[in-house]
Amino acid sequence: MTAGAVALTLDCTGQRCPRPIIEIGRRITEVEVGQLVELLADDPAAKPDVAAWCRMRGQELVSSEPPRFLVRRTR
Amino acid sequence: MAEGGAQVFLDSSSGEPVLPDALAAWQVAASSGWGDPLRLHRAGRLAAQALDSVRERVAAHVGARPDEVVVTGPLAPTAQAAVAGLARGRRRVGTTVVTSAVEHSAVLAAAAAGGEHVVVGVDALGRLDLGAWSEAVARPGVALACLQVANHEVGTLQPYAAAAEACRAAGVPLVLDATTALSRLDTTDLGAWSVLVGWAGAFGGPASVGFMVVRRGTRWRAPYPSDDYQQGRWPGVIDVPAAWAAAAALDAAAGERAEVAERQRRLVDRLRQEVAVRVPDVDVVGDPVERVPHLLTFSALYVDGEALTLELDRAGFAVASGSACSASSEHPSHVLAAMGALTHGNVRLGLTRTTTEVQVEAFLDVLPGVVAEIRARLGAG
Repeated sequence: MTAGAVALTLDCTGQRCPRPIIEIGRRITEVEVGQLVELLADDPAAKPDVAAWCRMRGQELVSSEPPRFLVRRTR
Repeated sequence: MAEGGAQVFLDSSSGEPVLPDALAAWQVAASSGWGDPLRLHRAGRLAAQALDSVRERVAAHVGARPDEVVVTGPLAPTAQAAVAGLARGRRRVGTTVVTSAVEHSAVLAAAAAGGEHVVVGVDALGRLDLGAWSEAVARPGVALACLQVANHEVGTLQPYAAAAEACRAAGVPLVLDATTALSRLDTTDLGAWSVLVGWAGAFGGPASVGFMVVRRGTRWRAPYPSDDYQQGRWPGVIDVPAAWAAAAALDAAAGERAEVAERQRRLVDRLRQEVAVRVPDVDVVGDPVERVPHLLTFSALYVDGEALTLELDRAGFAVASGSACSASSEHPSHVLAAMGALTHGNVRLGLTRTTTEVQVEAFLDVLPGVVAEIRARLGAG
């Protein structure tokens, strides 16, 4: 487990991309800057797309172990 | 709708529309060069002469000798023959096949069908990790390696000459996939490849014709039962009129390369710049400079590729997509994934030789609204 507790879990299991990405994009602002969001997504596109979303939106990808992704809100 | 209802075709990455020169050549050859080239009668001799001419012309485009050129079929069976034939010739050395992560799926499938498949990664622009490649091909047990000249989805040029040199130093034969490069770049001096493959559909020839060029001295052994055609290198009678049309397409496309490539390069530069400006949250991928002239790939966040393709189709533009569900695959493009690029909301543009500035501007005018509408529909607007 990476440092810091999960502040929000988004269960997008069974959803096709871009749904899980839309979900985290819409709801990351529900946590404070510095807090962790846990995203559960089993679509094969989730692995590249969560990483690309973090890069494009300036968020931190803490861990990527499909179907579980941890993202830290940095802005 | 653009141009009075006619759809603008921006999907040359799946095949360039057949060139008028190729069509005319096919008609001529179909009426005189239809014979079996192995027969000694007049029709057979005419077909054999036509085939000799095809080999000479193709050889001239790739810096090879005419007797090294084999007329084959589409890319998938051609790649399989290239890979399996080298694997057979090298089976005492080993069974490992080294490829980049971004080869055409037909090449990856051929590589994976043999023994161990070692995949070498690419950077964010889609360019091969040359250091890792050189290490991979130098390990013991490598039968062969496969690399493309340029990527078929994002257009990035590979360091093919340096990669071929690493193969030569290691004594490993290289299959060079020139499909995306033929007619679009000067392909007469592509380095120390052993087998070169190409497909006529990519440059405006018939989709049924491909080429496998096997350099003399290469240990390539037919991986299937041989017959008398093409010195046993590709079995079965040859569709000579189609091969003739393919050579005509290559001559015609290469003949106008300077003019077409310059125009396409300028239009893709314009698209690259304007897509990033006009569409928020877009990932424009591939090398902006070291690339083939006609391809551009980008992905829009929060949009699904299938909807994007269909809405652009309705708006009058035919495009491809590397997103899952938008092609025939459940999985997103392995090229985009290997680059770390966004895979959903993907659009792959392939300009044809007749794509105009007016068409490109019309596409740029339509795209932002289409993306915004899909985002709004998905609740991401």
